[in-house]
Amino acid sequence: MSDSPETRSPSSDEDRRGFLTKLCLGLSALIGAMITLPGVGFVLAPVFARPKQAWRKLGKLDEYEVGKTVSVEFKDTIDQPWAGVTALSGAWLRRVSENEFIAFSINCRHLGCPVNWVEDASLFMCPCHGGVYYEDGEVAAGPPPEPLARYTVRVKDGFVEIETSSVPLTTNDQV
Amino acid sequence: MTMLGKIWNWIDDRSGFSDVVMPMLEHVVPRDARWWYVFGSATLCAFIIQVLTGVALAMVYVPGGDAAYESLVYITNDATLGYLVRGMHYYGATAMVMLAVIHMTQVFLHASYKYPREMNWMSGVVLLFVVLGMAFTGQLLRWDANGVWSVMVAAEMAARVPFVGGYISQFLMGGETVGGSTLSRFFAIHVFILPGLIFAGVGLHLWLILRHGISEMPKADQPVDPETYKEQYEGRLEKTGVPFWPIAAWRDVVFSTIMVAVILGCAIFVGPPSLGPAPNPANIHANPMPDWYFWWYFAVLSMLPPELETYVILGMPILGAIGLFIVPMLSNRGHRAPSKRPWAVATVIVGATAFVVLTIYGYRKPWSPDFDVKPLPPEVVRSDDPNIQHGAVLLRDKGCLYCHNVDGFGGYRGPELSVIGDRLDRGELVIRINNGGYNMPSFASSLTAEELSQMVDFLLTRTDHPSAETEEKSSDEPPRGQQ
Ligand code: FES
Repeated sequence: MSDSPETRSPSSDEDRRGFLTKLCLGLSALIGAMITLPGVGFVLAPVFARPKQAWRKLGKLDEYEVGKTVSVEFKDTIDQPWAGVTALSGAWLRRVSENEFIAFSINCRHLGCPVNWVEDASLFMCPCHGGVYYEDGEVAAGPPPEPLARYTVRVKDGFVEIETSSVPLTTNDQV
Repeated sequence: MTMLGKIWNWIDDRSGFSDVVMPMLEHVVPRDARWWYVFGSATLCAFIIQVLTGVALAMVYVPGGDAAYESLVYITNDATLGYLVRGMHYYGATAMVMLAVIHMTQVFLHASYKYPREMNWMSGVVLLFVVLGMAFTGQLLRWDANGVWSVMVAAEMAARVPFVGGYISQFLMGGETVGGSTLSRFFAIHVFILPGLIFAGVGLHLWLILRHGISEMPKADQPVDPETYKEQYEGRLEKTGVPFWPIAAWRDVVFSTIMVAVILGCAIFVGPPSLGPAPNPANIHANPMPDWYFWWYFAVLSMLPPELETYVILGMPILGAIGLFIVPMLSNRGHRAPSKRPWAVATVIVGATAFVVLTIYGYRKPWSPDFDVKPLPPEVVRSDDPNIQHGAVLLRDKGCLYCHNVDGFGGYRGPELSVIGDRLDRGELVIRINNGGYNMPSFASSLTAEELSQMVDFLLTRTDHPSAETEEKSSDEPPRGQQ
């Protein structure tokens, strides 16, 4: 304690206190920023990453019957080895003609539950809240606000390939 | 003095247990604080169960998309006592949600949130929502097909937030799809973030109880007046109060003992919820369903007209939270006795009824197509005519029975068809099936003319007058209104 109270006027004491308060608060804010910002950036990074896409082989062209709608599985673009089986995505694939395919996302456009293809009725039905879609993906009944989303499909070197994409959020186009 | 006594004295002196903690435990509480008051401490006790069993589970559970499911299978089937610990964690969660809600209802009915305990209530409301968040994230950590699809639903809901919704759901999923990062995120939220908030919230909540004292049982002749309340409260406590420990605390302890015993009993005899199929997001044969305390919300979501949906999905939790939070700001003085507060009583009754009704509704899921319907048995078909018989088969194959019920067979989404032959004639049925209608798809493109007529033939046999079975309804009878 070098300065004794008598040697300093009350006002300079107040100044000093004020300064030290500001110093402490300022430095604390700095500490806080230094601690949190890297973590926040780390956690938020996936939100701002550009969507990745990749083509995935589904199977040989001749494995698919014209007019049939079948469920297919493929690995999405996530390359984390620890995703395991959760790196898979599914789709409903229909061979429309010799060289034309359509692939529907299995996610119901209502709240994302997996829709089922009911062959005899030619309908996609959702188990969650009763959404129903026609074979072209248009809404037939229930709460879904939009037709089923589609994946891009192509035929290359005798293989059917599908282009991965993100989960079709109903309001994707709003952001 | 014995050795043990000496050790205790040392600990007591250095820690201040007798000086600081004991007086807190012995703070004076109203004498009439009886069995009504045990729910808060029981909620805390349930939280302690959750922490202990949760820590235990986390020592084996692997929070990774590839291995979480396998580790849970191991915990449930192979690990020593794993079945029990998982069961306790599950029933503890149920207990915590239930007790928090009961505790809150009691506080609301007795208006204990009024002056000076407004902040007790507000911190409690925040805690309630954190607890619900724990329940929800915990369900995802089960990481079976149901868990994975619940993330998907959560992401879709979050995506409805205007402007930033897409970002929020990508944040939840940790990317564009549900995969490796997703589970890790929910794990971190479930074991670090939310429990941290609960610890802090409980600390504040308890501190506020010590600061303002436990409220008395409401009396009709003792309305709260902030000017005089504290003085009168202190005065009454001085005359009739009793130390919390152990005179009032014994009831809390007895109730918590029973609660823990029930949880343990359920874990032993009923066991943890069974794991669904493996979490393959490409598996379309999943039937996502939340844990029971969210069934009511599930029911609400399926009954809403699409235009309102976004507002409800986002508005209900937010308005609910704000509404509850500001209760003490709306009125923090005046009567506390339920007999003087009919609106409060009515609110509780309406809320509880709505919860029960919607929960039952959510469980039955009458709005969902029933994919497992069996073909109609001969005693229901009641006909030798192959045409009609085939019509009955078609009714199932074409999915009609998923939604419509015939004599107890089939789903409940659409109107029942048991006596449809009395309501609609051939022409009307054909139009109905071909064109569809409100919430019914059109089947024009998926039925041949022959199939259609067989189906209609069968439907026309569905009447109240079995004698007229195969006869067509006479066309001069005016058609009755369609459902
Ligand atoms: S998620 Fe498909 S109807 Fe709700």
